[in-house]
Amino acid sequence: MPQRSEKLIFEYSRPGRGAAGQWPARAEVPADLPATLRRRTRPLLPEVSELEAVRHFTRLSQLNFSIDTHFYPLGSCTMKYNPKACNQYAMLPGFLARHPLGPESRGQGFLACMHELQEMLKAVTGMRGVSLAPMAGAQGEFAGVAMIRAYHRARGDLARNEIIVPEAAHGTNPATATMCGCVVREIPVRADGDVDLDALKAVVGPNTAGIMLTNPSTLGVFERRIKEVAAIVHAAGGLLYYDGANLNAILGKVRPGDMGFDVIHMNLHKTFSTPHGGGGPGSGAVGVGERLLPFLPIPLVGRDGEHYRWLSERDLPQSIGRLSAFMGNAGVLLRAYVYMRMLGREGMSRVGDYATLNANYLLAKLTQAGYDAAYPERRASHEFIITARRQARERQVTAMDIAKRLLDYGFHAPTTYFPLLVPECLLIEPTETESREALDAFVEAMVKIAQETESNPQLLKEAPHSLPVRRLDDVRAARQLDLVWRPGTAA
Amino acid sequence: MPFIPHTDDDVREMLAAIGAPSIEALFDEIPRELRIQSLNGVPEGLSELEIGRLMSERARQDGRPLNFIGAGAYEHHIPSAVWAIVSRGEIYSAYTPYQAEASQGTLQSIYEYQTMMASLTGMQVSNATLYDGGSALAEAALMAVRAHRKSASQRLLVPANVHPHYRKVAVTTAGNQGLVFDPLPWLRDSGRVDAAALARHAGEDITAVVIQQPNFFGAIEDVDALTDAAHALGALVIAVVNPTSLAILKPPGEWGAKGADIVVGEGQPLGVPLSSGGPYFGFMATRMEYVRQMPGRIVGRTVDLDGREGFALTLQAREQHIRRGKATSNICTNQGLLMTAATIYLSIMGPEGLERVATQSALRTRELVAALGRVQGVRRAFESPYFHEAVLQFDRPVAPVLRALAERDIIGGFDLADDYPELGAALLVCATETKTTADIERYAAALAEALRAARAA
Repeated sequence: MPQRSEKLIFEYSRPGRGAAGQWPARAEVPADLPATLRRRTRPLLPEVSELEAVRHFTRLSQLNFSIDTHFYPLGSCTMKYNPKACNQYAMLPGFLARHPLGPESRGQGFLACMHELQEMLKAVTGMRGVSLAPMAGAQGEFAGVAMIRAYHRARGDLARNEIIVPEAAHGTNPATATMCGCVVREIPVRADGDVDLDALKAVVGPNTAGIMLTNPSTLGVFERRIKEVAAIVHAAGGLLYYDGANLNAILGKVRPGDMGFDVIHMNLHKTFSTPHGGGGPGSGAVGVGERLLPFLPIPLVGRDGEHYRWLSERDLPQSIGRLSAFMGNAGVLLRAYVYMRMLGREGMSRVGDYATLNANYLLAKLTQAGYDAAYPERRASHEFIITARRQARERQVTAMDIAKRLLDYGFHAPTTYFPLLVPECLLIEPTETESREALDAFVEAMVKIAQETESNPQLLKEAPHSLPVRRLDDVRAARQLDLVWRPGTAA
Repeated sequence: MPFIPHTDDDVREMLAAIGAPSIEALFDEIPRELRIQSLNGVPEGLSELEIGRLMSERARQDGRPLNFIGAGAYEHHIPSAVWAIVSRGEIYSAYTPYQAEASQGTLQSIYEYQTMMASLTGMQVSNATLYDGGSALAEAALMAVRAHRKSASQRLLVPANVHPHYRKVAVTTAGNQGLVFDPLPWLRDSGRVDAAALARHAGEDITAVVIQQPNFFGAIEDVDALTDAAHALGALVIAVVNPTSLAILKPPGEWGAKGADIVVGEGQPLGVPLSSGGPYFGFMATRMEYVRQMPGRIVGRTVDLDGREGFALTLQAREQHIRRGKATSNICTNQGLLMTAATIYLSIMGPEGLERVATQSALRTRELVAALGRVQGVRRAFESPYFHEAVLQFDRPVAPVLRALAERDIIGGFDLADDYPELGAALLVCATETKTTADIERYAAALAEALRAARAA
């Protein structure tokens, strides 16, 4: 039975202990290194045996929820099964040993995978070119907006520095626009979840660089008038950016390129099932239409006959440039490649089908159980929003309380308080890899929570009760900063 | 259907619960004309057996040549335990630790990582990693602009012997926000930056000076003099360091009279395989007074409702999901998996092991430089102390020699012709503890042979 807590690795440390079998031979530091530039005191690293380290980190892992152990209906995050084959085959010794600056002649196997991945991503998104360089969704977003800016500048259209963002957008969208030196213009969303076209018409103009949209939107509904949105923005001289956070919903059904988008980033760690790793690595490949092809971030992988090669500044002199020291998160890209090859054409189309089936089933069951859908008249996409506004008003039970109580029942919490415009919201995304039984078990827990909301709201307000820790004092964490351990200290 | 568990009965009953006639009907809000029928351009699916065969062939195609390139990515021994643990589903398939109660394993690992990195760099605080070394430098530049309230110029001095790709990433990332990166020259005889070059900027408004130790040529800079000279200009100091080297080289927190202000670098040498360039991780550490200007996640130790110790993400008011357009960065992920690998690596190596890795790498490189220096037509480019990389000057172009070596299964080093044409025919070489005397002799013999053939041709 896993224990509830684990002491710090430093507390196992004993002077003189260590995993000596891992160390090279002891030797004197070369005398030509100037004494004044050498380290005088040893760093605070633990001195533990290999077994102590293995046991410590294994025990720590057991304090986590993960996809392999728990259902993770985390809206907007697409926490689906990460097939073991993807990890296994990306970690073959030949791939691991390859130096990023090694010659192309000794990288044809790797480059072939990358080139085919670029081609497959073009096919599923309907874009004309793909760069695999961005290392995360947010960096893909950055690349996308930077390309939009570079496009306008190359045309001498220097006034275009406004990026339009719907109020329901991910926080990264406005943050990215700012990072690219743009001004953010937020526009409202109508009560039915679609973008307010009148408000859009009112903000577009000669300063419009572009608009950033997710479709289906973060409200879990498909933006039905996307063609009109595209027409309005394009007529004003702006470009359309597609935030691929919700690509899983439409895989094999609709392509962003066909909707009129000029640039898109894909979260390979969502739609193409590479691991989240406790917060990364992600991977945020970008795709572009004709107009933005010259601006793609480098390096790309090109093909001359049977030979694959890197494309650099020489091939793309107008590129927005390098985003990473080498080639982005190459090992993550290999995992996405394996995943896409295993699914193939048919399997990929089924992703959108079953992600949507699961979401709509869960929405139907939860509304039958008495929960309030935020957009009851709309179809769910691959995710949907439940609002706990009523529970908060009548029983003082918030979305956070429901989320924390779900942890006690063995379910990871849905996304809470995002998007910000729906009060007390729970954004729920089951993904296609969950069975009907897993969804039913989740509904059963939500039914119990509904009963507890009436009978014992305090139980929810103090949840979770059965996890390694109870609710943590975030205020203390921020006020009395304890960010590094020092010998002899405890919280 | 790969990875989809639904039976026909499931689908029928689920559709009945929804009240929809078919799965197709669930897409009825999408305009008809936008729908596609098939994903042309994606091949048929493969079974695990088939994809395994394909990937094994491709990996075999690239072989396992003897590698002597460093240039920002270093081949070190990785204990088997590191990736055996990191590949556990509870780590590999966990989400960002926003639900602290269900993520104590990840959060405590980050706290331990922060402690180790702060100590290794000699700084007070560390974040929970950035994407890679290049992007960490870009973020450090942006952070310096926020942190240095008295400087209005947004102008940074960056020596031309800082990793060329890092400099490019910094321009890509921060150029749109008006940051200016001005180059500092390096001396032709030493490959190092001269503190006098900094003094020439006296009286100018410089936001920060970047110092890489060891620099891209592998040479050891006089970081004390450079740090003091940069501080004398009123600039902040951004240190770019190799984490392995810090086991034997002075930590940036002790550089000069006051120490560096922001420390970044590539974490890959700490337990992360070369893997064609990623995923790696960037590290960043700083002084406590700048912690609120630091981008990326930070974990703090606190207590729960019962007063029990626990860990949580903290200072989140800096981040994009709260601050949106006013955030310190748009960064939403860290490189959690790689950070975990590094934490396990550092735990297993400990202070003794890391020191031995650093020392042996330095010694092996000296052995390599000596062996290659005996080959006719090759000499050392700079007379400077170095860590585990050095530049060799050739009497003829490097590229054909490297091609000849590759045919003998040796990756001879990084050709500096594109990035430093002023050096003429120059090669950056590296050896770590993974290289044996036999490996080095094999390289030297092959190089002598290749150069002989080139001269004869």
